[in-house]
Amino acid sequence: MIESYGNINPVLAVLIHALIPLTIILVYALVAIWGERKVAGFIQDRLGPHRVGGWHGWAQSIADLLKLIQKEDIVPKDASRFLFKFAPFMMFAASYAAFAVLPFSSWYIGSMIDIGVFYLIAITSVLTLSVIMAGWASNNKWSLLGGMRSAAQLVSYEVPTIATVLTVIVVSGSLNLMTVTEMQSGNDILGFLPNWFIFQNPFLIIAFGIFFISILVESHRVPFDLPESESELVAGYQTEYSGMRWAMFMLAEYADMLLLSLLGVTLFFGGWNSPFGSFMSGPAWGFFWFLLKGFMLVFVMMWIRWTLPRYRVDQLMHICWGILIPATFVNLILVALWEVVF
Amino acid sequence: MEVMMNKTTDSNSERREMVINMGPQHPSTHGVLRLELVLDGEVVKEVRPNIGYLHRCFEKYAEELGDYASVTPYTDRMDYVSAMNQELGYVIAIERLLELEIPERVEYIRVIISELQRIASHLLGIGAFGLDLGAFTPFLYLFTEREKILDIFEKTSGARLLYNYMTVGGLMKDVPKDFKKDTAEFVKTFRPKIKELNDLLSYNKIFINRTADIGVLPEKVALNYAASGPVLRGSGMKWDLRKDDPYSIYDRFDFDIPVGSGEVGTLGDCWDRYMVRVREMEQSLRIIEQALDGMPDEGDVTEAVPKRIRLKEGEIYCRTETPRGELGYYIISDKKGGPFRVKARAPSFVHLSMLPAISKGSLIADMVAIVGSIDIVLGEVDR
Repeated sequence: MIESYGNINPVLAVLIHALIPLTIILVYALVAIWGERKVAGFIQDRLGPHRVGGWHGWAQSIADLLKLIQKEDIVPKDASRFLFKFAPFMMFAASYAAFAVLPFSSWYIGSMIDIGVFYLIAITSVLTLSVIMAGWASNNKWSLLGGMRSAAQLVSYEVPTIATVLTVIVVSGSLNLMTVTEMQSGNDILGFLPNWFIFQNPFLIIAFGIFFISILVESHRVPFDLPESESELVAGYQTEYSGMRWAMFMLAEYADMLLLSLLGVTLFFGGWNSPFGSFMSGPAWGFFWFLLKGFMLVFVMMWIRWTLPRYRVDQLMHICWGILIPATFVNLILVALWEVVF
Repeated sequence: MEVMMNKTTDSNSERREMVINMGPQHPSTHGVLRLELVLDGEVVKEVRPNIGYLHRCFEKYAEELGDYASVTPYTDRMDYVSAMNQELGYVIAIERLLELEIPERVEYIRVIISELQRIASHLLGIGAFGLDLGAFTPFLYLFTEREKILDIFEKTSGARLLYNYMTVGGLMKDVPKDFKKDTAEFVKTFRPKIKELNDLLSYNKIFINRTADIGVLPEKVALNYAASGPVLRGSGMKWDLRKDDPYSIYDRFDFDIPVGSGEVGTLGDCWDRYMVRVREMEQSLRIIEQALDGMPDEGDVTEAVPKRIRLKEGEIYCRTETPRGELGYYIISDKKGGPFRVKARAPSFVHLSMLPAISKGSLIADMVAIVGSIDIVLGEVDR
């Protein structure tokens, strides 16, 4: 919404727009990595990071970051140098770019385009490319296997992801995420439930289930973390990476988790809308609710990660093509019917 | 980039296969094992285990030491996960050669200690197996329990991993005063944990998906490869040396031998081998309880320890049931001070040899499951 800034220099306006999501991602990544270790610690009956910075080791991620900056940047001798160096940044750029269309609050969205959902799905597909790039360029067989797995996995699971997003689009009738969010304002269902899509249509609950499984796969989380499954493929496509390049992968992974969670929040849980109607709502509260809901989904992802074992690659494909995709399309029809009837 | 995909075993093949080294530095080979995998995509066409990275000349050491008692600490280092059981096998072999009478109290303590060690070893084996399949949390839960056993051992022998506690004719020293109390306490708190493990891991749908029908070892193949221990019992054969060839005082206790049943898949799959270990822990608890009841409170544990071991010329093959299977010591004595020859039959080594037979055609992820389910310790494989 550059036009709305009137007198400000357009370049400056773009810069500001770009920096807000970046700040959110960077701060979130530091908190989330610390949080993940704390969550893991509590689930596993231990303390987790507990020294750096005093209170519950809050500075642990910062210490890790400083350590990673100091690490030697190693490129394997026979690696394809350009691709090897480029892949991590491309991966991060892909998830970062997708944040542009997320409506963080009623007065802030990076870019108000009418095909927001379409753009988001298109740009996150670049993730697949960068993973293959990293796996192939490392000249390591384990990396290559990880890259290939990732390609198969991400390409397959884009189908159910897109199809579930489509079910929401059937209800909303708009690809613009801001419009989608605005449609979910108010508390009218049964007199008290917010007008979020997940409450509007019972079949959208099923759609959300499928969507959540798909985003677990898309963001490489247990039980679907096959591309980097450490007990099988060492570290998958990340095996040969060190220092900041590896940190970029981690950053991209966490950014991707947040991105997909926020997409889920926008599509199913009312985006920046307050769950209490007009209470605690407004542009600033919008930021709060949007991120809080996103963090809740991220927390569920962490919870699952530290509870379940990992699927095998053929089982993963079976779940996708044998169960999720047929279920999604049947569900799509049911959602559409419900919309026509009610 | 030319090196990447072009390595083939057979120049006639259409460059579809890739040779890849799993190990010696791989997170899931349980030590320094190298598996040469020939892959077609992710399907394993061929497995060639390469061992020897941890070879420490145990047998040669035993011959050169010139003393029977000094061999015991070296047996610890073979299977460092169940060191007590390794010692027990060796001291029993020498005691049989000597025809020594062992005091009651010593026998009971030995049984309790070696059953505790069996539980500790299975806890590690099961935990690491879960870890291989991506279940991180059960691993740490089980380690908490293992820690309690190691604490008891530390109080008893002073060490946590390599104990050097059992000696020919007795024990290094008596157990601490609260040994009985600690052990009883452990038995009481550990029972519910097994149920927790079953809820969290054993009957988890994903876990069953990953282990059922994988790495199926038919009973006949198992016998042909001379498998023993949980691996053989997982294939459905009721064979446990504690029952079938009792040593020490195992004939006095009432316990069952759990065998694989093909409950969730085929008989002899990874899940069966895993579950046999879980059920064995329950049986070990039963043995410990009975032994705690029967253990005499008084008695000198070092009274039967010979000042100097003098053996006639002779030989013996003595086998005991360790957590991993049949551990056999073949000892030849001549008139000199030490053994002429000590040969250890290590169950891990035997089980590793059948890896190619049961893993052909599986995926890489299954490879990890199979290696985990046969629960090898590389220290014992290489000796």
